Amino acid sequence: MVERNKHKEYWRSNLRLVTVLLTIWFLVSYVFSILFIDTLDQFRIAGFKLGFWFAQQGSIYVFVILIFTYVALINRLDKKYNVHEE
Amino acid sequence: MGIQAWTYTLVFLSFAIYIGIAIWARAKSTKDFYVAGKGVHPIANGAATAADWMSAASFISMAGLISFLGRDGSVYLMGWTGGYVLLALLLAPYLRKFGKFTVPDFIGGRYYSQTARLVAVVCAIFVSFTYVAGQMRGVGVVFSRFLEVDITLGVFIGMTIVFFYAVMGGMKGITYTQVAQYCILIFAYMVPAIFISVMLTDSVIPQMGFGSTLADGSGLSLLDKLDKLHVELGFSQYTSGSKSTIDVFCITAALMVGTAGLPHVIIRFFTVPRVKDARISAGWALLFIAILYTTAPAVAAFARTNFITTVHGKSYAEAPNWFKNWEKTGLLTWQDKNGDGKMQYFGENKAQSPGIGENELTVDRDIMVLANPEIAQLPNWVVALVAAGGLAAALSTAAGLLLVISTSISHDLLKKVLMPNITERKELLYARLAAGGAVLVAGHFGANPPGFVAQVVAFAFGLAASSFFPAIILGIFYKRMNKEGAISGMIAGIVFTAGYIIYFKFINPAANTSENWLFGISPEGIGTIGMLLNTTIALVVAKFTASPPDEILKMIDDIRVPVSTGRNI
Repeated sequence: MVERNKHKEYWRSNLRLVTVLLTIWFLVSYVFSILFIDTLDQFRIAGFKLGFWFAQQGSIYVFVILIFTYVALINRLDKKYNVHEE
Repeated sequence: MGIQAWTYTLVFLSFAIYIGIAIWARAKSTKDFYVAGKGVHPIANGAATAADWMSAASFISMAGLISFLGRDGSVYLMGWTGGYVLLALLLAPYLRKFGKFTVPDFIGGRYYSQTARLVAVVCAIFVSFTYVAGQMRGVGVVFSRFLEVDITLGVFIGMTIVFFYAVMGGMKGITYTQVAQYCILIFAYMVPAIFISVMLTDSVIPQMGFGSTLADGSGLSLLDKLDKLHVELGFSQYTSGSKSTIDVFCITAALMVGTAGLPHVIIRFFTVPRVKDARISAGWALLFIAILYTTAPAVAAFARTNFITTVHGKSYAEAPNWFKNWEKTGLLTWQDKNGDGKMQYFGENKAQSPGIGENELTVDRDIMVLANPEIAQLPNWVVALVAAGGLAAALSTAAGLLLVISTSISHDLLKKVLMPNITERKELLYARLAAGGAVLVAGHFGANPPGFVAQVVAFAFGLAASSFFPAIILGIFYKRMNKEGAISGMIAGIVFTAGYIIYFKFINPAANTSENWLFGISPEGIGTIGMLLNTTIALVVAKFTASPPDEILKMIDDIRVPVSTGRNI
């Protein structure tokens, strides 16, 4: 029963982590690169219009960073709740 | 050495590597054949997934597509990468923990239903066949352009190679050839990109050159120059879009979710030893993919600028060699409408009075990658490299898809439904037969492509998005989801999405314009609505039907944690 509750708690922490990361995922792709692209395009970064840069470069970099961040954090969570594999 | 000699050498060398790997990595059991014995290193699996994912379309067509679409091309860049975040965070670790061989395995097991399994099998086979026909076609195209052999013969050679390593090695053979194919294709993509970036902007890194100032002394940045050229020639600005926001939103979502739901991508995560490895290998996969996907828009802009400045307003008599070479293939045509002997390239916004401002060039999009090295006058070996890279991209994806088809038939259909008592040896034999049969069917479609190959790509993503994705996600994250909900959701999603695409692409193509679309969403993006419909119906139906049995609830508890709880069914 104790183990059960621990697993439930692990799952809730996992859901919180995933929610935060997916919010960033949504922000860089759908918000910056689609919905508000014209607003962002008024600014410039390294020769690019900002919105255009997010749409064709930046969002992809962020995607890669998100996955590696997730892996690092969830591995730590696995250890904390002692559910990691051998 | 000439271009052809180089091409023959490089293609032959790469094929020799694939065959060598096939002999080394023979499959000895069904576990080897289906999931490479679950012993693949996460980085190797990342590279294999990247090659599996990046098809002839990514390698040959995507940069060209973007160079014609400009900002609207972002849907492909984000859509075909963002799905990996969903895969890593929401699918791969749990499916790996579930620990079976295929996507229909999960659907059938989680929803305790053969009907659900069958719906999944049919979708998996359909999605994979539509996709594989395009790959075989890509193989044929590369052979005919670069080696000047007949397309049918090209397809036949490609089929023989795939047959060899897919039938002998199964997933094990495919995995290690895909690792080699990734190395070849990324090298072949980056070398010309770096050359051109240095030529145009003095920057060694194409991703930086993309935003840099041009090296021609004009002081303009590449994108500003391209915008300026576009406006002068009557195209809309390269960095502005013409698709509606809702359509861009929905297409991006359908491609992302579709990516995460494609069976040939998902099964790659069954091949690693642990849950931990499944997560990190999704990261490696996206990193390897991102190298090409962040280079592609740079290549698109370089190639577009290069093409316009070397061709527009120049006299045909002095046209460069590559222009005449590609004219022979019919991918590039020039018609001297005003009879001045010069080539004019104009967009749709240019005043259309006869002789003035009339466009005289038709350009196939694929040229932007295939002819790019020649346009930039790169050495012969670089031109040849593109052929080897294109073949690697097409063959690796084809092999992954063929494996899905063969496992769907031998494992999901025969072993799990029709003949549950067959022995392991028999099952392996059937898997090999099915793979062989699938190669033949795919080859047939490659040699005699149905006219609708390009149109059905929307189908593959739309169906994956509207069928598998919600069923898998709900299966993991919503315990209360039962078989009634999942099956009715999948069927509603598929029927709606397929109906919409079939209507606009086949029954009434004349009506395929934004005024007639539902909420202004094109058939390419409708999978997003199909997915929402699937989810809604599944939730409603589940609310009014019985909760799943206890052992299923225990199984879900078990897949949610990496460690074994001993509560597995």
